[in-house]
Amino acid sequence: MDADIRLTVDGELHELTVDTRTTLLDLLRERLGNTSPKKGCDHGQCGACTVILDGERALLCLALAVAHDGAEITTANGLAPEGELHPVQQAFLDHDAFQCGYCTPGQVCSAVGLLSEVDRGWPSHATADLTSDPELSDAEVSERMSGNLCRCAAYATITPAVQQAGGAR
Amino acid sequence: MKPFAFARPGSVAEAVREVSAEPNAVFLGGGTNLVDHLKLGVARPDLVVDVRTLTSRETTDTADGGLLVGAAVSNSELAADRRVREHYPVLAQALLAGANGQLRNLATVGGNPLQRTRCVYFQDVTTACNKREPGSGCAAVGGYTRYHAVLGVPAALPDATAADTCIATHPSDMAVALAALDAVVHVLGPQGARTLPFRELHRLPGDDPSRDTVLGHGDLVTAIELPPLPMAARSTYRKVRDRASYAFALVSVAAALDVDGDTVRDVRLALGGVAHVPWRATRAEEVLRGGPATEHAFRAAAEAELAAAQPQPGVDGGNGFKIPLLTRTITATLRDLTEGATS
Repeated sequence: MDADIRLTVDGELHELTVDTRTTLLDLLRERLGNTSPKKGCDHGQCGACTVILDGERALLCLALAVAHDGAEITTANGLAPEGELHPVQQAFLDHDAFQCGYCTPGQVCSAVGLLSEVDRGWPSHATADLTSDPELSDAEVSERMSGNLCRCAAYATITPAVQQAGGAR
Repeated sequence: MKPFAFARPGSVAEAVREVSAEPNAVFLGGGTNLVDHLKLGVARPDLVVDVRTLTSRETTDTADGGLLVGAAVSNSELAADRRVREHYPVLAQALLAGANGQLRNLATVGGNPLQRTRCVYFQDVTTACNKREPGSGCAAVGGYTRYHAVLGVPAALPDATAADTCIATHPSDMAVALAALDAVVHVLGPQGARTLPFRELHRLPGDDPSRDTVLGHGDLVTAIELPPLPMAARSTYRKVRDRASYAFALVSVAAALDVDGDTVRDVRLALGGVAHVPWRATRAEEVLRGGPATEHAFRAAAEAELAAAQPQPGVDGGNGFKIPLLTRTITATLRDLTEGATS
């Protein structure tokens, strides 16, 4: 069964007719040719499909396209103007925060989202005092990035990359 | 995935009418559990009615000093709410112990308590499961039972072929905190609006493991109310799991403690990862109230609560480890709250 939706992806508006079963992940990759979000597990367990959805980091594989009519999505492709790097992307390069790179677009979007959350004082499981504003300690970054798996295990360089980007805000 | 019709009505009342009129219809909130079940074939609805943008996304102060949390508030937003962090830390901690940042941004307060068990047999449509397919039996019995129940299960070992067997656990962390806080669920159903105590929302398998809650078809959770509970300012949630982050609870403890000198004036205690429902530890609370606030007394209360616990054997060694683990976790959680009182 089909439905009509409008989506803004990396600044570009799309008007689409979609099967109600289509996830945003499949829509972006298969219909719009945007392969920046990756299909790792397709069950909300790996974080490879993380994007910024209506201002917050979210997984595309568990989002039905039809339920997000009117949404604005920013993928890792759209974080910076063409030919430029977002500070988080630059920090990942500076720290060699990847090996194969498959999880990297999701890692980058997750880092962008968490820095915004920290800016707003959102706590995490690693925040000892819930009434205080969190700092970007190693424990905070690890906890907040726990939804992004890296099978190459680049975690030891991802953490300082996120901290560098956080410090550059 | 089986085809389904999709609707986003203009109001919650209309959404309730649409679901009530279609026997095989479901509500869609954040979708973090339902969309996965659509893919796995665990959920096969004919109609999906989206309520994520219909229910309230506000958390408001109530006249008596509590909070009313709209069903569409995200888990992240509620955990970040300064009122929750200050007055109900057990709830903020439980929310933050669940899932990860991306999922908490999608997940809703109304949907979270209604998520289904993560029993691997429930999620695998090739195996027997009375919850997914009533009457088919329970493949979990004697299987991998590390994440299964020890409380609220029959004293005798369950029969894998019986239609009423289910040893699944409820997976929500938030629900454990809500059970401890005596939260109230606001429901809009085909017969109108009503409220019910959160502790009465979930049900033990009984003779129908397919029903997780007492809600009827077409009943929509519109809000969760937190009553004022001054003692909750000294409360905490402790989750024990196989990884430091992003894993379901083996056991968890939500506790609030009110100590007067060396005496327990009042206490709230609920347990997660150990039963078909978020388990309010009323027996332990009775033992604790009016008694000494000592580690010895905390351990005795935990043991009283767990006296009827029934470990499940399994190919993975079973889940008997949960009983000493829970005893220690309850004791340590209450002790930590006591130490907080004197520092």
